[in-house]
Amino acid sequence: MKRFIGFIKKEIYHIFRDRRSLFILFGMPIAQILLFGFAVTNEINNVKIAVFDKANDIESQKLIQNISASTYFEVDKMIYDQKEIESIFKQGKIKAVLVFESDFAKKLTKESIANIQIITDATEPNTAMTINNYIGAILQKYQAGYNKTIQMPYQIKAETKMLYNPELKSVFMFVPGVMTIILMLVSAMMTSISITREKEIGTMEILLVSPLKPFQVILGKVFPYIFLSIINAIVILVMGFFIFGMPMQGGFLLLGLESVLFIVSALALGILISTISETQQTAMMISLMGLLLPVILLSGFIFPIASMPKALQFFSNIIPATWYIIILKGIMLKGVGIAVLWKETLILFGMTLFFIVLSIKKYKIRLE
Amino acid sequence: MNNNKSISVQNLTKKFGDFTAVNSISFEVEKGEIFGFLGANGAGKTTAMKMLIGISKPTSGEAKVAGFDVYKETEKIKKNIGYMSQKFALYDDLTVRENARFYGGIFGLSRKQIKKKTDEFIAELGIEEIADNLVGSLPLGWKQKLAFSVSLIHEPKIVFLDEPTGGVDPITRRQFWEMIYKQADNGTTIFVTTHYMDEAEYCDRVSIMVEGKIEALDTPKNLRKQFNADSMNDVFLKLARG
Repeated sequence: MKRFIGFIKKEIYHIFRDRRSLFILFGMPIAQILLFGFAVTNEINNVKIAVFDKANDIESQKLIQNISASTYFEVDKMIYDQKEIESIFKQGKIKAVLVFESDFAKKLTKESIANIQIITDATEPNTAMTINNYIGAILQKYQAGYNKTIQMPYQIKAETKMLYNPELKSVFMFVPGVMTIILMLVSAMMTSISITREKEIGTMEILLVSPLKPFQVILGKVFPYIFLSIINAIVILVMGFFIFGMPMQGGFLLLGLESVLFIVSALALGILISTISETQQTAMMISLMGLLLPVILLSGFIFPIASMPKALQFFSNIIPATWYIIILKGIMLKGVGIAVLWKETLILFGMTLFFIVLSIKKYKIRLE
Repeated sequence: MNNNKSISVQNLTKKFGDFTAVNSISFEVEKGEIFGFLGANGAGKTTAMKMLIGISKPTSGEAKVAGFDVYKETEKIKKNIGYMSQKFALYDDLTVRENARFYGGIFGLSRKQIKKKTDEFIAELGIEEIADNLVGSLPLGWKQKLAFSVSLIHEPKIVFLDEPTGGVDPITRRQFWEMIYKQADNGTTIFVTTHYMDEAEYCDRVSIMVEGKIEALDTPKNLRKQFNADSMNDVFLKLARG
């Protein structure tokens, strides 16, 4: 035990005397969560739009007022010619143009069908889509108010209700995602680098010749990172909660246990990477390409798994991060417990066990 | 086995698949002896050494190190040997004292023992003023001497030195060998591999490995006579060329 404490003390010296690892360990989580939380967002605010009001009657005016009253849009310009639309988009400031057909009010009252064209700048598809949806929502609301006064028979009204994240805040998906990335980064990449570092400078050989058993060496290397990962997870949760208003519907205990499970699986991956790489650079490249990229692209963090091709879905199913994100979202947003998440937990557990066994095997082979 | 024998090896063999890296080597090393273990790159020195220090299992043959069996008692062997490689493996981001504390710690020494041993070698090397400097800031020659001192911190019976003087200037090499002599005089057995043939002359006895076999084993003087050579360098070249 005394040897173990000495070992950990040494690891802590390594970590705290190296600015790079300090930055990755403590700067990264904060920087990432702030970046994802504020900069990378699907929400829209004060988007500048232009209006081409061919009708210029009472109903179109009312609608325009409704739209500009919302915080999402700002009517920046009124245009009076079809030709202007093209040039306006080319300037790039205006993201959408609303075109009212002539005799808008008349058609609405007489024929009960009136047309509005929404033209969006789809060079940014996500933004265009969101703008479309938001304007659609405003129109629908207006229509509902309008219909109250005039009773019309036979119409289908779709009422949408967004569960668990009614305002569609993107931060709700970024917090679990960033947490996953950071835990992966700290646990897998940092441990693999720190183990290969010992190989590179030749101390690993000395440690193996010492009375320490190989598993003690690995445990000593890995233990500080378990601790740091847990701290990081807490920092991310606290920031998500206080800065971004991330809800926490479920239990902290379950969240903690699942996180430890995920951390252990990432650590096992880190050990595995360190057994196959001879230099720190290699370890870092393998971690970045082999772990971080899949976590960002395939885990369902940013891109929905359901819309991926089958082959990619397969890959997304075999990375632990996918399951951890499902678990995180389940606990934080839906407040569900182990009764619902047992399947995901079991899969994550199985993967963790697999990686541990594999890394021990690999490690032993290397020793021979 | 004679108690004076620090290392005794009989028909020790290591095979990797079809390749025989170490082919049935036998030798004995006396207590307090400086034993030079020579051979060209790829001759099997490192593989042989790895079996002796307990991190590689032999395919066949027998060997005892400090009286312990290399198959069954590797843990006991590890407690009784010191090891230093050509990389002078100290941690650059730890100070001299912290390195000593760490390595002393993994051999299970108490704080008091570590402090005593550390103070001893710091005084001996005359490096009081840099004892709390990071090792990374020290010149290579210092690192090498420190690595040697640290590998002795648990007072091992045998020290294995794997090309300990690689990349060090001649003066430092000379000083280093003085440290080795001093340690051998204290009764520590020194098992050293080297590329430098002039260093082979400093050893009490020398073995030369060629393609997995020990082709010559004697004192440098007798080897020169046996091969009718002026220096160990000539002996080595005659052997290596076959």
